[in-house]
Amino acid sequence: MTEYEHYEAVVVGAGPGGAAAAAALAKQGIETLVLERGADAGAKNVSGGLIYAEEWAPYTIDDLFPGFREAAAERPVEEYYIHNIAGENVKTFDLDRIHHRGTEWCDAVLRRRMDSWLAERVHEMTRETGGGLLTDVRVNGLLREGGTIVGVTCDELDPIEADVVIAADGVNSELARDAGLMDWDDPDDWFQGVKAVVDMEPEVIDERFDVRPETGSAHLFSGDLFDGVRGGGFLYTNEDSLSIGTVFHLDSLADERAEPHELLDSLLTHPLLDQWLQGEYEEREYAAKLVPDSKRVAHPSPHRGRLLLVGDAAGQMQAQGPIIKGMNHAVTAGGLAAEAVAEAQTRGNVRAAGALYEQKLEDEGVMKRLRPRRYRATRFVSESRPVNRLGRTLVNSRLGAAGLKLFDGLLERSFNSPFVLGMIPDTKMTYVTIPERVGEVLGDPVDGESRVEPPELDDRIGDLTYDVDDPHIEVLDDSFEASGTAVTACPVSAEGFGGGCYREETVQTNGEAERKVSLDTQPCVECGTCAVVADTHWEHPSGGKGVQFEQG
Amino acid sequence: MHMVTLTKGVPDFREGKVSFDEDGHLERGKTPTVMNPNDKVALQAALQTKVKHGGHVSLLSMGPPGYKEVLQEGMADVYADDLCLLSDREMGAADTWATAMTIATGIEMLDEEPDIIFAGFKTADGETGHTGPQTNWCIDINDELTDRPLITHVISLDIDEDTNTVRAKRLVEGDVSEIETIETDLPAFIVTDPEFEANYRRAEHRLRYKDLREQTQERAAALDLDEDVTVWDHEALNLDPDFIGLDGSPTIVSGVDPIPKGPSEREARVVTPDDEDGMEAVFEELNAFAAGD
Repeated sequence: MTEYEHYEAVVVGAGPGGAAAAAALAKQGIETLVLERGADAGAKNVSGGLIYAEEWAPYTIDDLFPGFREAAAERPVEEYYIHNIAGENVKTFDLDRIHHRGTEWCDAVLRRRMDSWLAERVHEMTRETGGGLLTDVRVNGLLREGGTIVGVTCDELDPIEADVVIAADGVNSELARDAGLMDWDDPDDWFQGVKAVVDMEPEVIDERFDVRPETGSAHLFSGDLFDGVRGGGFLYTNEDSLSIGTVFHLDSLADERAEPHELLDSLLTHPLLDQWLQGEYEEREYAAKLVPDSKRVAHPSPHRGRLLLVGDAAGQMQAQGPIIKGMNHAVTAGGLAAEAVAEAQTRGNVRAAGALYEQKLEDEGVMKRLRPRRYRATRFVSESRPVNRLGRTLVNSRLGAAGLKLFDGLLERSFNSPFVLGMIPDTKMTYVTIPERVGEVLGDPVDGESRVEPPELDDRIGDLTYDVDDPHIEVLDDSFEASGTAVTACPVSAEGFGGGCYREETVQTNGEAERKVSLDTQPCVECGTCAVVADTHWEHPSGGKGVQFEQG
Repeated sequence: MHMVTLTKGVPDFREGKVSFDEDGHLERGKTPTVMNPNDKVALQAALQTKVKHGGHVSLLSMGPPGYKEVLQEGMADVYADDLCLLSDREMGAADTWATAMTIATGIEMLDEEPDIIFAGFKTADGETGHTGPQTNWCIDINDELTDRPLITHVISLDIDEDTNTVRAKRLVEGDVSEIETIETDLPAFIVTDPEFEANYRRAEHRLRYKDLREQTQERAAALDLDEDVTVWDHEALNLDPDFIGLDGSPTIVSGVDPIPKGPSEREARVVTPDDEDGMEAVFEELNAFAAGD
């Protein structure tokens, strides 16, 4: 047998975290191989679409990749609003202060364009070190020798040994799970986002959003337009399209048996959006993704042996009320991981890289942003707590209304306070009740009515590009009790819809009717939702297979 | 490792490119000439060998001067280090025997005798599949060239540099398709099957493949067809015109008959959904099929 190949570093995944890690490793002259499972970098990636460069951060995307903003990003966000919605009443707060606080810049991005641009730079940089970037390669696990991690195994390649493995393989990281660092157990740990990219001519965007050419705005939506499901919506302006989406707590989505695509439609068809859409709606792409809740799952010690986790793979996604930041943290973590590897290598002990990385995440202030202590103090406030119920009653009372009126200005200020936001417990009260009451008491009715008709789910599925391979998900328990939630929570499935991934079926056995769940992975968008809410064996498809996002 | 891949220009038979006249004859002037698709498969095998073992890939053809573009296409779409065209009016209208003689002589003229000669499985126009094997026969009778084993229908290929051997899998189609593995010494003559797939299981190979693809595309784009393609006529090859081209071709084509289109046995009738009686008749017709009769 030929012996295994060896590289100083193997980076798994060519999203922003992997790209940053690889670029920083290459700059240190470390031989780096990057393995990406998409047919093109970005083909597997979805995000809401804002990337930040923060002043405190030791690594930003444009530091590592000069020219990034001009070549790979959409419009810079100059205005930032949150709309509190109660029926047709809306109260809008300007979130300018929280948005700009500590922010060097913030751009909307579409991931296919962004990641494929990054990958080209990464390949050039890493090739110089004797490595390089390969697409169409799915890393499927860790290579171990006597229990020690010594590299990776792949579908398309023979096993590869490495001094260090950086797993930047996303929210459904198979390596983090192989190493026992992350799991898919608890819906409370996750958000699910769905997004539509909608066509709009650049001049039309300038006019309808009242922005200067080549600049943009961001809008958040919360309140009662999502049938009580905890979460909110967003709208970002790209160069010649809009990214409109919704993000919900997965536990709430699952409990309410809500259909994600319908919640997206509730936003799309709200009269508030008529000022921008004006009856014109051409959807370019429908996409979905799981989002880790860093407050709960950002791993405090994201490494094991020679394996270091970066970005979503380590739960490094900050979502606190209107603050939604993921890619910038992945970039910073990637840079820090590379720094740790280089330092450990200089010291002659590359196995110390993990501990050094952990230290750097702490010292540079990444962890305190991902898991604020203040939140830890308030997180005991759950739905069932009497204090929360009391709060809801109070907010809904006449007294509460008076208070809201009195504190109108103060409220806008508190939405802009990172201190308050860091304390926000993830309950219905904060996501739904307060915004709804704000909209109701302080808001004005919007004029205009929705004239758009979002596409049906089967059209959305039909418009996506797939290169189908063998099924990559297996339902382990097909009883409705165990896996039925997937029928509604899966963003490409719905009750009474036969063309999606999950379907409910009634099977007659020995004269008794049983509710079962069946799965067809053909239209899978690889979000990972069913891995959490159903009993499945979940893997990614092989390299270059499965869904291919054109926008992302 | 020195490799030569043989190729031919053929009409582009793809839908939208090819053009036929009313009688069903190919309109050669209106149909573009492209590299024979099966030869690209052979060239992929040569590229795989270069990726894994290094060396040099020559792409060689016999044909009119316009074939320089066919060679350029091979360089751009797959890979080639250099391009060689055997071109002369005297070589025109050759059958497979005369072609094989000419090509074997062209191979003899190369600076270095190739370790592996690759050819594709039959051309899209002639479809004989003879030229490759016949070229190897001409090599056998040529005293200047080393005799070499011929392996056809190759679907995968591994070379062992230490023992200087090649191990090839062949697709043998019969009542049941079988895969036969053959191991033999180099040099060799390999004809790839259309099912051939290059196989890269090491990251370093995929990275080198990526480099070589990038380089060959750049070189193809910058190619000067007058300067950068080696052209040899019959004099350069020292070939007697009586033994090449039409004069050297023993094959006699007695005539060409177009294959008549089979008459359609089906009749079509348009029924609009509003036509109730018509739809009724449709269902009547379908009933038999639905019942499984």
